[in-house]
Amino acid sequence: MSAGNHRAVRPSRILLYFVLILAAGFFLMPVYILVVTSLKSYADVNLATMWALPKQISLDSFLSAWNGDPSKGTIGLSNNFMNSMKLAIPATILSAIVGSLNGYVLAKWKFPGANFIFALILFGMFIPYQSILIPLMLTLQAWGKALRPLLENVQAWQVPIYLEWIKNLVQTYVPAYGTIGGLMIVHVIYGIPITTLIFRNYYAEIPDELLEAGKIDGAGFWGLYRYVLFPLSVPGFVVVIIWEFQSIWNEFLFAVVLTNNAASQPITVALNNLAGSYIVEWNVQMAGALLAALPTLLIFIVLGRYFMRGLLAGSLKG
Amino acid sequence: MHWRLNRDRLTAILVILPSVIAILVFVYGFIGWTGWASTLNWNDMMPIPKGAILPKADFIQLDNYIRLFTVDQRFQIDLRNTIVFTVFFIGSCLFLGLGLAVLLDQKIRNEGFFRSIYLFPMAVSFIVTGVVWRWLLNPGSADSPVGVNQLLVNLGLPFLQSKWYTNPQALFILPDSPVGQFLHQVGLSAVTTPNFGISVAMLSVVLAAVWQMSGYTMALYLAGLRGVPDELREAARVDGANEVQIYQQVIMPLLRPITLSAVIILGHISLKIFDLISAMTGPGPAFATDVPAYYMFDTVFRGNHFARGAAIAIILLVSVAVLVVPYLVNAIRTEVHR
Repeated sequence: MSAGNHRAVRPSRILLYFVLILAAGFFLMPVYILVVTSLKSYADVNLATMWALPKQISLDSFLSAWNGDPSKGTIGLSNNFMNSMKLAIPATILSAIVGSLNGYVLAKWKFPGANFIFALILFGMFIPYQSILIPLMLTLQAWGKALRPLLENVQAWQVPIYLEWIKNLVQTYVPAYGTIGGLMIVHVIYGIPITTLIFRNYYAEIPDELLEAGKIDGAGFWGLYRYVLFPLSVPGFVVVIIWEFQSIWNEFLFAVVLTNNAASQPITVALNNLAGSYIVEWNVQMAGALLAALPTLLIFIVLGRYFMRGLLAGSLKG
Repeated sequence: MHWRLNRDRLTAILVILPSVIAILVFVYGFIGWTGWASTLNWNDMMPIPKGAILPKADFIQLDNYIRLFTVDQRFQIDLRNTIVFTVFFIGSCLFLGLGLAVLLDQKIRNEGFFRSIYLFPMAVSFIVTGVVWRWLLNPGSADSPVGVNQLLVNLGLPFLQSKWYTNPQALFILPDSPVGQFLHQVGLSAVTTPNFGISVAMLSVVLAAVWQMSGYTMALYLAGLRGVPDELREAARVDGANEVQIYQQVIMPLLRPITLSAVIILGHISLKIFDLISAMTGPGPAFATDVPAYYMFDTVFRGNHFARGAAIAIILLVSVAVLVVPYLVNAIRTEVHR
């Protein structure tokens, strides 16, 4: 320790904190404008004073973004918000299960050529999705055509009112062009590389001796997974679920190409349309943007540590 | 060790088989399809015959590619924009990311708090970023500035106002400048045209993209800095190095692999950038903010130029592959050796 150890604040420290706070200002500037604008009343909203604090707190813009404005013929984002939930939650769960099983096989049941298969799968992670977009759209359109008789059949079902939801469920999740189900399948398939990678690396850290012990006790492929690997998988699942949820929630390219109707569009597409529309005021666009950002921001705030781990693993994803 | 098939091993293979088939079809098969389509004369709506996967269009070899690189003005502007975007985006992210990481490495109180603030934009969609920055960088008019321009006026810095993404100009080397005349003499007069310039509007998109990704670059560097053993710094100190020298001569060389990863990650984002352009500017004035990924989307899904779009997609794929494959091969090799 040096001699002059009494705590005097050195000018360089002040400069250091000044720069850090300045940088924080840059990163928070868009958040400030989003929040401030979203909380202003209609009377208070004015482009000339967009940096001013709201005179009174109001949820006008929020409600307008959520519900739409019938007088202008705009529909709100509530439906699209729910679409994104209906898309992201099952797609995330399916992706995590598929990734976990693939990772288990590639880490603990290596067969001849397993490393080659792993590389083959991994390559799919970083491809620009433009290079598969046209055949993907045509494939989903073909599925839609093939499944149309089935859908019409379902439409015609005479079911009691309390079973109506089954009909809706089939219509929502039928894997076709323009449905949430079609988009969901696409996200699960193109999520295979990243989820497999994360779980494979995670399971590689679990010592083989644990599995050997299980094998001696007579456990097979599924028994070892169920009783040895799966109970140890929680942190891996958390990382994968957070990563997949945020990337599916925020995804735009697949969504804009594969959902052609407002009824099944996720929130990113609806927000993009909202922002391109001249009849929607800027404050409503801001409230819509905040709405679209809220779920993933909340996850970041609550589970930031796991978020970062997913980011480091998934940084090369398409 | 001899591998022999048994019941469990068969189960394992059957479990991974559907994923492998899905990847073979949806990644490799579809890329093959796109590559094939890019060699056809398929640039308007054509029916696909029953049982076929492609329409009956003439095979025209590489004509779609040749057209893009020789006569297609829009694509050449796009290439210029992509290069400008990539260079400025990567440069700014590395500079800001490394700077912030080094500052945060100085035993900062509330380090976690600052880190979260720099990093949170990663959690947000490029669409949200685009919508917000569209309003922040909306220039407004001279009398009633909007967004950042308004803020600059409020802060007493009105001379810093800019037309941001509405500026259709490109900065380029003028033909009659000394450098321009030199280039003309050595036969490079093409370089003194706007096609080899810097699209000013693109820099606004870079600003938004840097806002989103520089915190991530910071996190990469910070993880690297935390990996530098304290003994190493201590040893340098004992040898009489000051703090700046320690960073220059001890720590920076150790961070080189991180810079490489960051360049590859950021580079592959910038080559494919689409969402942000779509939400923030679209193609912009005189295609000032157009990029190949946006052109591909536009020309296929709005213009029915399937083969041209396929050709652009393949060019994108090749450029990303050139960047990522060597890195990936190396990563897998070390992984397998471990």
